[in-house]
Amino acid sequence: MDLNAIYTELILEHSRHSCNKGHLDCANCVERGYNPSCGDDITLEFYLSNGIIESAAFTGTGCAISQASTSIMIDLVKGKSVEEAVKLADTFLGMIKSEIHDEEKLEVLEDAVAFKNIANMPARVKCAVLAWRTLMEAVKKAQISEIGMVENG
Amino acid sequence: MTNLDIEKIRRDFPILNQEINGRSLAYLDNAATTQKPKLVLEAVNEYNHRFNGNPHRGAHYLGVEATRLYEGARTKIKEFINAGSTQEIIFTKNATEALNLIAYAYGMTFLEPGDEIVICISEHHSNLVCWQQVAGVKGAVLKYLYLNDDYTLDFEEIETKITTKTKLVSIAQMSNVLGTIYPVEEIAAYAHSMGAVVVVDAAQSAAHMALDVQALDADFLVFSGHKMLGPMGIGVLYGKKELLGKMPPFLYGGDMIEYVEEQSVSFAELPYKFEAGTQNVEGAVGLAAAVDYLSQIGFDKIQAHERELTKYALERLAQLPYVQVYGPRDLSIRGPVISFTVDGCHPHDTATILDHYGVAVRAGHHCAQPLMNYLEVPATSRASFYLYNTKAEIDNLVEGIKQVRRWLGHGS
Repeated sequence: MDLNAIYTELILEHSRHSCNKGHLDCANCVERGYNPSCGDDITLEFYLSNGIIESAAFTGTGCAISQASTSIMIDLVKGKSVEEAVKLADTFLGMIKSEIHDEEKLEVLEDAVAFKNIANMPARVKCAVLAWRTLMEAVKKAQISEIGMVENG
Repeated sequence: MTNLDIEKIRRDFPILNQEINGRSLAYLDNAATTQKPKLVLEAVNEYNHRFNGNPHRGAHYLGVEATRLYEGARTKIKEFINAGSTQEIIFTKNATEALNLIAYAYGMTFLEPGDEIVICISEHHSNLVCWQQVAGVKGAVLKYLYLNDDYTLDFEEIETKITTKTKLVSIAQMSNVLGTIYPVEEIAAYAHSMGAVVVVDAAQSAAHMALDVQALDADFLVFSGHKMLGPMGIGVLYGKKELLGKMPPFLYGGDMIEYVEEQSVSFAELPYKFEAGTQNVEGAVGLAAAVDYLSQIGFDKIQAHERELTKYALERLAQLPYVQVYGPRDLSIRGPVISFTVDGCHPHDTATILDHYGVAVRAGHHCAQPLMNYLEVPATSRASFYLYNTKAEIDNLVEGIKQVRRWLGHGS
């Protein structure tokens, strides 16, 4: 295990000074994610309109990895469609599970590629994927209730 | 410092002699599970090589030998905790299962609506969730003893919470988070004067102090083998004979019955009434060997060594201004378990980075979420020591914590 590959400047910066931390005034989709075994506890807030993630933010507590992963994910999905966000989540989870190795395929993850080495740290995988799992859960519920999925929704 | 020959002891624990990430292992997670001495490993090995059979069944040699070893282990445990009879010693999977047995067979049977159950805010989930469930099902009320600022229990708090309405008090003798040793003997005496039954969770304490169930006057007492040098998957429930006798069985099956007819059954005598199905015989044999090992060394020497380590660790940690310790300072009322946080560093990151330096600590809520809420911390790191730990390992911990700060961008 190489700590340099985990506690990078990027991850530390996001975990300590995330510009994505806080509440949205206009959230119409809120989902809490929790790792019961270690206590990482985040709440994602989205404003969805016509199937686009117009804005996003998060609150909560957790380790550097869970907090940074959440912040970087928000940077990535903001402005994208819900479908695109789900694809990114699949790619991220594929990367963490060591199922996707192709660098080109991972390019879409941009800064989130920083978590690639978590695949070698089984004890911390759940910290890195918490935000993405929570995103998937939020999307599923939004789609069922059609919040922000259709015009004037 | 102490009379323990640590180098000799460490030779008994082959697992300790290894490098993690190129650094010698400092195993400081003994409150989670302890390591096993060769005596225990060899006893289990010998049982499987020479004596394995299903006890209490069949007349063949191996069945008889397995019975002899299993019942021998029971006798050893009876002596270890000074119980009155081997009928009062039930083997379980661990302390958790033993607490569940009490909750189901005693709590669900004898508690009534409006009855009160009193536990401490520092209980492990195993001694908390089962009482929530009993209270929920039976309409009983679950009450908590809260702590002083120095992480101790005030007698006033005990007298306020435990009343004639209290039917059951369940308390850990030593907190797995704070290290606090609670005055269970006094609590038991007071609870008895109010007519309550007393359960003592000795999961943490059994490894560190001599237990005497008669002196404590505990109605029930539980502990796990793997936290006191024994194997995982074996634990003990002690219960007073008159209480166990009137409780219904917890699990039904083979070896716990007397006569079974198509529509009726009579149950076996104690302790077999509570030991349904084939038991963990090799676990019991290993636990008996662990008791032998601890008895040969003696708890007085073990305690003296642990206190020395705890004192040293508390002093060294106090020199780091960014480290907060959660637990009593008074060494006479605490065990070798130190929970701490490092300012600006989440406990999980702390544990990961300490692991990089070969130091094994636990991070998280330690199965005590209500206590974490009470302390207003999301999680802590925890270093816990045992007879084989050294001051050099505590030095590694302290140096490791400085590295944690450095890695997370706080300098040191």
